[in-house]
Amino acid sequence: MEAVQVFDGGRPAVGHLVRLRALRGALRGSEYAWALAFLVPYIAVFFAFVIYPVSYGLWMGSKPSLYATLMNDPTYWTSIVNTALYLGIAVNLKMVCALLLSGFFMRPGWWIKALLMIYVLPWAIPSMPAFISIHWFFNGDYGFLNDLLYDLFGINGPAWLDSRWLALGTMITSYIWKWMPFWTVILLAGRMAIPSEIHEAAKIDGATGVRGFIHITFPMLANLYFVCTLLSTIFTVGDFNTAYFVTGGGPAFSTYVLATLGIRDAFDLSQPRLGVAAVITALPVVIPLVYLLMRKLKTAQVQL
Amino acid sequence: MSTTAISAAPCNAASALATSGQRLRRAARRRRLLANVGTALLSFVLLVWTIAPIFNIVMVSLEGHDDVFGGRIWPADPSLDGYWLVLSEGYWYLEYFWHQYGNSVCLGVAVTALTLLIGSLTSFSIGRMRIRHGWVVTNAALLTYVIPATFLAIPFYRLAQAYGMMNNLWSVIAALVAFATPYAIFIFQNYGASIPMELDESARIDGASPWQIYTKIYLPLMTPALVAVGTYALLLAWNDYLYQFLLLSSKQSMTVPVALAQFLNSDEAPWNYMMATAVIYSLPPIATYYMFRTKMTGGLTMGGVKG
Repeated sequence: MEAVQVFDGGRPAVGHLVRLRALRGALRGSEYAWALAFLVPYIAVFFAFVIYPVSYGLWMGSKPSLYATLMNDPTYWTSIVNTALYLGIAVNLKMVCALLLSGFFMRPGWWIKALLMIYVLPWAIPSMPAFISIHWFFNGDYGFLNDLLYDLFGINGPAWLDSRWLALGTMITSYIWKWMPFWTVILLAGRMAIPSEIHEAAKIDGATGVRGFIHITFPMLANLYFVCTLLSTIFTVGDFNTAYFVTGGGPAFSTYVLATLGIRDAFDLSQPRLGVAAVITALPVVIPLVYLLMRKLKTAQVQL
Repeated sequence: MSTTAISAAPCNAASALATSGQRLRRAARRRRLLANVGTALLSFVLLVWTIAPIFNIVMVSLEGHDDVFGGRIWPADPSLDGYWLVLSEGYWYLEYFWHQYGNSVCLGVAVTALTLLIGSLTSFSIGRMRIRHGWVVTNAALLTYVIPATFLAIPFYRLAQAYGMMNNLWSVIAALVAFATPYAIFIFQNYGASIPMELDESARIDGASPWQIYTKIYLPLMTPALVAVGTYALLLAWNDYLYQFLLLSSKQSMTVPVALAQFLNSDEAPWNYMMATAVIYSLPPIATYYMFRTKMTGGLTMGGVKG
């Protein structure tokens, strides 16, 4: 597989800079104007639809009294715990399973390739219809899962969405169902980029199976795996659809996460500033992750 | 080891070798069998895991209204009535279905086209023309890429209200384009690095303007990356719910997911119609994905999960 460099952010290397200087002289007046004109659309979009809303949001959430209100809201604390559990369990479980399954999909055979095509389907289904159907799927009385459990094993399944922990579990399961295929494909591409000579050499030295994975495959994939986990964590902090459609925050407001709580405060309670404040309290966790990610991406080019 | 021991019992050694060889072969066969059984088992589990919710959508969409609460794994009397009802706008929640589907298509097409246009112009300027301080723009884009889209929803809503952009498809298009372009810029810059600069330079010497180089050389050579990013942008628009829900609330302006969520709020949610709508809504992204699947593996990288 062709290695594609995904990110090339950051200052160019020194040698690059020297070349750039030489080239800049070659950019004649009219060409410079063209180059600037080509940049204008993105810069306009960036200022109008990123910088402006971000600053406006920070301004909205700048009153300290908002945070006092938040701290007094028991739902806020439940959401913090839920968000931590959701990020900690769902993201990591998903990534570990994706890492192992990407090895499974490396196996030869038409059957594996056909399975992979089906396996990726959840990713291509839009999340909103997928999650409302999963909500119905887990319905305690009429849901497909409990019908199936009863018909096959004679078990009366629990009301999945009526207790906080079961509901969180269904949320995590649905999230993994929807997003694991995508990361499996990414890690599969990463595995395929490892030259086969390395595996052959390791095989001769006796590193196969689990040992091959620990000493060869994982070290080669570690950087990619780390970057993927960071990215996935950051995106999942803002995941609204899963919590909103699978559990709807219920039972009794016990399964809100920060993203859904912010929207509830802003629109159901008509307190947009409070909603923004709720979201802002995630920043102390998100910013270090972003910093780590930016550094990782600058130092090591992620090869896919 | 002494030489006599070897020469004294050549037959024994040979037979021992043969039996150990057999044993090894048997062990290998057993291991292969185990591996095959394991593969079959895991395949089965994965298949059930992936298919069960999808099967549920299709099954419920084929049910009659009374079947929905019937507790059966397969409807007693499967019918396509639900689909017909959706397509003929025969239910009061669905009275603008085609109009709303049109809105969804417009949204997807506009987000895709604008993302491709803005992303390719930007990366052409930075990557091919090497404009001064281009890296600042690249970094700004990288930062945008890691902002969870949900976090900007509330300010975005307020701003749309302030500027009278509510119930206007353009406000959603603007938000989604802002979140999709950074990914486009990365993919285009990295893909563009594999196209030799000499092509641009020789065109310049022949007197081609930057615009000509962009349209006649850059874009045609970038086709695979354009396909990958285009698919990504379309899926992003199709996956989004929050921005469409917040910014589009009138029946005329809303898109299919917003209309579908309205069903949920009705007293007795008609699950069979909802699932039929869900299937119809899910078809374009699935078709797009399978159409461009092979082309995407190179370009579809870390961006497809933004939502």
